[in-house]
Amino acid sequence: MTLTASDLRNLVLAALALAVCALLPFGGSGYWLGIGVTIVMFTALATSWALFSGPTHYISLATAAFFGVGTYVTGLGFEVLPFWSLIGIAGLIGAVLAALVGFATLRLSGVYFVIFTLGLAELVRQVITWGQNMTGQRGLYVLTDITEAGIYWWLLGLSAAVYLGGWLIGRSRLGFALRIIGDDETVAAHSGINTAFAKVMLFMVPGAVAAMTGAILAPRYVYIEPSLAFAPILSFQVVIMALLGGASRLWGPLVGVIPFTLLLESISSNFPNQTTLVLGVAFLVIVYFLPRGFVGLLEDARGGLRKRAGGMA
Amino acid sequence: MQRRPFLKLATALAVAGTIAGAASADTIRIGAVAPKTGGLAGGAAVTQWPTIALWVDQVNADGGLTVDGEKMMIELIEYDDQTNPGETIKAVQRLATQDEAHFIIAPYGTGLNLAAAPIFARYGYPQIAVSAITDQQPELSAQFPDMFFTLGTTSALAEDAVKILTDMREAGQLGNKIAMVNVADAFGIELATVARERFAEAGFELVYDTSYPLGTQDLSPVMKAAKAAEPDAFVAWSYPPDTFALTEQAIIEDLDVQAFYTAVATPFPAYGARFGAAANGNLGAGGVNPDSEAFQAYATAHQEVTGVAPDSWASATTYASLEILQQSIEAVGLDRAAVADHIRATTFETVLGPMSFANNNSNEAFWTVGQWQDGVYRGVAARGRDGAAEVQLKDGWGSDS
Repeated sequence: MTLTASDLRNLVLAALALAVCALLPFGGSGYWLGIGVTIVMFTALATSWALFSGPTHYISLATAAFFGVGTYVTGLGFEVLPFWSLIGIAGLIGAVLAALVGFATLRLSGVYFVIFTLGLAELVRQVITWGQNMTGQRGLYVLTDITEAGIYWWLLGLSAAVYLGGWLIGRSRLGFALRIIGDDETVAAHSGINTAFAKVMLFMVPGAVAAMTGAILAPRYVYIEPSLAFAPILSFQVVIMALLGGASRLWGPLVGVIPFTLLLESISSNFPNQTTLVLGVAFLVIVYFLPRGFVGLLEDARGGLRKRAGGMA
Repeated sequence: MQRRPFLKLATALAVAGTIAGAASADTIRIGAVAPKTGGLAGGAAVTQWPTIALWVDQVNADGGLTVDGEKMMIELIEYDDQTNPGETIKAVQRLATQDEAHFIIAPYGTGLNLAAAPIFARYGYPQIAVSAITDQQPELSAQFPDMFFTLGTTSALAEDAVKILTDMREAGQLGNKIAMVNVADAFGIELATVARERFAEAGFELVYDTSYPLGTQDLSPVMKAAKAAEPDAFVAWSYPPDTFALTEQAIIEDLDVQAFYTAVATPFPAYGARFGAAANGNLGAGGVNPDSEAFQAYATAHQEVTGVAPDSWASATTYASLEILQQSIEAVGLDRAAVADHIRATTFETVLGPMSFANNNSNEAFWTVGQWQDGVYRGVAARGRDGAAEVQLKDGWGSDS
């Protein structure tokens, strides 16, 4: 693998940005740290989601399923195992679950996949509820001394890993195969690409990342019960944020997550009685005026600048 | 042209900041976070929000809270957490750091209260939790020293319901056969687990014991199967929608039992209004003493100010939690640590009677079982509270008796 000068420059810039982000907990503002946790959480979720859904155009609504599984891994294991190992175990379980789901559904066309992933969160939730009902086990109390700053750094590290992974996949044979599948699956199959295998491999990434995110966030929620851990709204938020940013670029979801989180915060604090209503209207407006997401907006702006610069020269 | 969305966003955020900073010095800012949308919005609309509105109305009509000898009007800051713990965390954090609330009213629901607990603890806010019933008070109060519990424990709720049925059997009013169902969700499972052991210890025979998923719409198969088992008593560890649905089905099936128990939402005024005479004799979780003057004054004011009646369990406890907050602020001022110490050390006079938090930050005097008796929901079993009514036999479903 060879790195060009611009690759190196981008890597250095990304490392610098990461270092700056890691300083947030030292800013002393719990409020902005809380917003920061939300932003890095959705960055990890939406970016890993777009890694799969961007090239393949499969819309996955399974985020809540993997996320919930992750919270239960921490909830069940935090008293006997170190926290870092739980994150790893959650990632493994998430990847295996994604592989199983992928083998079952990714051979089918997109719409079956959407429905199945939506049902998956409910399925896993019912299985866990059934297990609790059989054993008479109550909701889980995750009482730890893990701080908000600790959770933030874990999530930041995970996001960095997602970016690095996404960048490497983009340069790999797998990434190339997926772009061909996204353009035309029949052509890809005729070119000798094992399309089902490639899709399953990639689907394991958002599965593992969402499970790890859930595992990291469990101590923040303190109390874990199925209706909260598997709330389907999470799956939709991730899709909305990724599409708002633009799923065609690695950095696309990030430029969706940041404005969306700030917008949500602004709406929640200014319209406490109509939050959901105003949010819905805001989303309609965004879709209408920004059909290509913020990525499209930024690229248009950059194109416009270039044109203007060209005109002056 | 294309920069406008960013500009709008920046403006909205700037406006938010200005509003937050604009509160004047002689008001006391009280924050409230609870569901206005989502799964728990229905319960919060009965139990949490109207009582908060009533309390703020009463205090401000009185000229405000007396802090260090001066009157301070309450400025209430409300947020909807959408029944989502992530939103609860954000809203409490916003109240603590952006709105600089002097005090924050505890959220609604066990999960949402516990999600908020680390934020309350970090910023030193006392958290007088109401709708957070648990058996984990020792562990939780050790982790969160300024978190208080008012509504009782899971075990007490289940044990006292079993005890009521045991007493009825000892008095020769009830046979030995119990049909028990529960909603397959955290609280329902916990209650059923405790009750199953206690029923066995008391020598009852569980002729029917099953669960149904959260959100089940059609409970007629459950009720048909329960009826086929020919029980002497029917017990459901249910949530609001299924409490109504099971009662509905029991009427349709004309379930012939001497005791009929449904859990959460049985004390809601809507339950009595919906079933009328058919509700007579129905047992439920929690209660109040409707004959106490303090409760009657509260219920009357609740009706006048908010236009709706309070429920006969957690509404009054929510009001008591606000009375405790008020009395503590008026005693020691705005220092939150001092207020928390005051709550720990004091016995308060509340709408429910005296209340204190000597052990594990927990109020140990609370109602556990109630019963609809001639259109009024009365407490029939309590820990440390006087005024429990005699339990009545369930006598049919009203239409043919």
